Amino acid sequence: MGSVRLTFDAFDPGGLLTAFCRGRAETGAVATFTGLARAEAGATVALELEAYPGFTEAEIDKIALKAKARFGLDDFAILHRVGKIAPGEPIVFVATAARRRRAAFEACDYLMDYLKSRAPFWKKAHGPDGARWVEPRDQDHADLARWEKEPSS
Amino acid sequence: MARVLLFGRLADVAGWRDRVIESPSLSALKARLARDDAGLGEALGGRGVQVALDQVIVRGDAPLNAGTEVAFLPPMSGG
Repeated sequence: MGSVRLTFDAFDPGGLLTAFCRGRAETGAVATFTGLARAEAGATVALELEAYPGFTEAEIDKIALKAKARFGLDDFAILHRVGKIAPGEPIVFVATAARRRRAAFEACDYLMDYLKSRAPFWKKAHGPDGARWVEPRDQDHADLARWEKEPSS
Repeated sequence: MARVLLFGRLADVAGWRDRVIESPSLSALKARLARDDAGLGEALGGRGVQVALDQVIVRGDAPLNAGTEVAFLPPMSGG
C-alpha cells in the first residue's frame, strides 16, 4: 500500500481524492493537501521542478513509510509535479488515510513539512527578470523541526 | 570512470549536468572539478551540498569504482 509518484503532467486533485477514497469501508478519515504554484504578483511566470529520478521517489517513499508507522496510517498517496508548472497549477498532492482524523491530519502535515525541505527536488522560479533558485526558508526548517520530538501518546 | 551528475544550481554554475570522469575517489574527484572550474569548486563546497554515490547519501570520502554514479545535491526544496 501507499503510492509515491512523479509526473510531468498537470493533474486534477479532485479526481485523485475520489480515487483515493474508493473502497475504504474501515478507514474513517482521509486528509489531503494540495500545493499550488504561486504567481508572487507577477514575479513568477513559471516554476520549474527538477528531481533525481529513482532517488527522489525512493527518498520520499522512506519518509512516507516512517509517517505510516508513526501515525498508524492505513494508506498514503503522494503525487509531485516535475518540469515546468504555471501559476495556479497543482504542484503536489498528499493524501493520508487513517482510522481517526487526528492521525490523518498530522501525517499529512508531517509529509508536507518533509517535502518542503528534505525531499530531493530543486525548484527554479522563472520571472520577467530571469530565473532564480528557490531554497527552503527558515520557516520551512522550523516547521520540520516540530516533528523531531517523539510523539506524545 | 564515475558518472557525475549535477543538480539544481550546481548544473547552472558548471554549464553541464552529466559527465563521465575518471577519478579514484570522491575527494580526488572534487579536487579535479575545482581545478577545472573554480566556480563549481566553490559551489560544491557550499552550505548544504550533499553527495550521493549510486543513489545513497555519503559523508566524507569514498573510493569510486568503475561506473559509480556520483550525484552532487544542493539544498532541496519541493512542495
